[in-house]
Amino acid sequence: MIETMQPGPLPASMQLTDDGRLRHFLTIEGLPASLLTEILDVAESFSVVATQPVKKVPLLRGKTIFNLFFEPSTRTRTTFELAAKRLSADVMNMNISTSATTKGESLLDTLRNLEAMYSDMFIVRHADSGAAQLIAQHVAPHISVINAGDGRHAHPTQAMLDVFTIRRHKPDLTALRVAIVGDILHSRVARSQIHAFNTLNTGEVRVIAPKTLLPENVEQLGVQVFHSMREGLRDVDVVIMLRLQKERMTSALLPSEHEYFRLYGLTEETLAYAKPDAMVMHPGPANRGVEIASSVADGPRSVILEQVSNGLAVRMAVMSMCLGASGGAPR
Amino acid sequence: MNISIVNGHIVDPANGIDEITSLYIADDRIVHVGAEAPAGFDSEREIDASGRLVIPGLVDLAARLGEPGFEYKADIGSESLAAVSAGITTLCCPPDTSPAIDAPAEIEFIEQRQDEVGLARIRVIAALTKGLRGDQLTEMAALKEAGCVGVSNVLAPFASSQVARSALAYAASHDLTVFIHPEDHELANNGCIHEGEVATRLGLPPVPEAAETAAIGHFLPIIKLTGARVHFCRLSTGEGMNMVRRARIDGLPVTADVCAHQLFLTEMDAADFNPLCHTRPPLRTQRDKAALRAALTQNGIDAICSDHQPHELDAKLAPFAATEPGISALETLLPLTLRLVEEEVLTLSEAIAKVTRDPARILGAAELGHLGAGAAADVVIVDPEAEWECAPRRFLSRGKNSPFGGWPFRGAVTHTLVGGELVYQR
Repeated sequence: MIETMQPGPLPASMQLTDDGRLRHFLTIEGLPASLLTEILDVAESFSVVATQPVKKVPLLRGKTIFNLFFEPSTRTRTTFELAAKRLSADVMNMNISTSATTKGESLLDTLRNLEAMYSDMFIVRHADSGAAQLIAQHVAPHISVINAGDGRHAHPTQAMLDVFTIRRHKPDLTALRVAIVGDILHSRVARSQIHAFNTLNTGEVRVIAPKTLLPENVEQLGVQVFHSMREGLRDVDVVIMLRLQKERMTSALLPSEHEYFRLYGLTEETLAYAKPDAMVMHPGPANRGVEIASSVADGPRSVILEQVSNGLAVRMAVMSMCLGASGGAPR
Repeated sequence: MNISIVNGHIVDPANGIDEITSLYIADDRIVHVGAEAPAGFDSEREIDASGRLVIPGLVDLAARLGEPGFEYKADIGSESLAAVSAGITTLCCPPDTSPAIDAPAEIEFIEQRQDEVGLARIRVIAALTKGLRGDQLTEMAALKEAGCVGVSNVLAPFASSQVARSALAYAASHDLTVFIHPEDHELANNGCIHEGEVATRLGLPPVPEAAETAAIGHFLPIIKLTGARVHFCRLSTGEGMNMVRRARIDGLPVTADVCAHQLFLTEMDAADFNPLCHTRPPLRTQRDKAALRAALTQNGIDAICSDHQPHELDAKLAPFAATEPGISALETLLPLTLRLVEEEVLTLSEAIAKVTRDPARILGAAELGHLGAGAAADVVIVDPEAEWECAPRRFLSRGKNSPFGGWPFRGAVTHTLVGGELVYQR
């Protein structure tokens, strides 16, 4: 493998096999709507598993899956681990500090070592955009890579579980108006959500944030841009709040938490701008009192905890599809 | 040795020559261009250049050569050979080596290495501030006596505008050209890709166009204030280029260059996280590329350079933002320049001028970049019809990091002479 490693383009098209099946799951961008729908349908069949007395299916028995977390995460890692165990795979968790050595070296060196242990799948989280694609490009042909979040680029399983959650409540996406609120600039979740919504022909996708938290040319991703909650939430069916990191204050992107919450926080008052039956979502972990009021996060329109449970089914679906074992899911 | 190069298509823009004729060299100098040898000239070696182009050796305003400090990437031996094989006979080495070239001893070291290797000429651009730290001036008079062709802080920021003013004023007192890389450090904010559609899609930290224009806008009044002669390096934006052009119309003593890859690649080439297209300044938009191309003939840009940055394999085997910026570009400078002729951006003579006459003028090197009597006998013979495909793995440079792999090129160097010596023959 070392001999064949050459730097070059990392096309997202490599996540599909020649006959259009999922080989890696790296980004939503470029995937056909039919494949996204297939993921949602397979996830639907897996969501039954969690409610049965025996919460395991033998689909990935004998497969070895490595959770490669180059960036700390508890929740995402745990749901991937649990999803793998429910599919009867062997799971190893590797938390790899990027500070120990230069990022690139540790990344590809780690791969070389893990490949030697005959793994079948890498679940990758990394602080640099494009890391999952780099790994997918350089792994041995039998290994699948699932992106569990790379820099600001993509977090495709999170986007799929969000769409899954919405579809359960409001099945016709084409009729929906969705608003994503907050730090779009630094959010891989937002980027993947935008691609997922647009691929599935969602009625309208909006982003609401001050200019300091929006990337340049964001409208070219296929979104309507708003700077105020009053206008942006009008007639919206789904409100997705993003987590705001505290360091955005110190880097002069925002004046204060107080002002942010006043202008962009989701409270019962601001939620009133949206449709009366609008759902409230958050990829977690939420900063209560910074981007969302507790009364809304725990309120009747919040589906935040449902998102967490659905994450398991969606991750089981993606893992089994990548390893070519989705057909046996119980219905 | 007396050498005659006969019946070639000589293109020497500095002297207005663009015809089939012959060239005569005595020892290290050109003595005559014309159909007949000068009286009493006894040719010891004759090179038949029928069907070939004969041009001045290329003068490259920016090439990292690995020494001192980055010998694991490249060395003066490997890079000089790569240069002469590609028709480049003079290489300008920026001071961002390790240690930085901020004292005469470093210039002497590089000259000594140049002499040991004995292939290309190497000219040094010395540091404007000690260690490129941006706070204390270097001993510019001593650096000039040691042979530097200019001074630069490369991409390192100045501690304050006052230091920038002093540095330019001091350089001006010693008649040294200041090479400015226009990048506002804070606005660039450790970005790695042009701020636009691709950066937004890929979620990579971006460098706005304003990082370049703000830096140019910052320096123009200081240039006016100090009277320093300034060369703006590696322009990447159409707007930045327009500012330089307007300043020039206003009479400021400024020149500018662009690196060849900015005339062919855009942000879209990095769209698949291709680390070979990670450059600094970043590849810009289609509109910038078109503006830079147009500026080549509209008094906007004087020279085309390689901005050669050879890297070891591992430097590019990492996630995009973590890779080192730069392209191994010596071996594509002349091919890309000739491609501008094929694409009818420039005439052959205009194209050759951008890599010979004009960079030599920026260096104030009267004996380089042309084929007039008395000039250094740095001559390149090119087979203009040779067609080949770029294969970076076969580069003579130790850096194989080029995004031009697979590009078809027309025109290949067959002979390179430096100071009247045949240093390369294919």
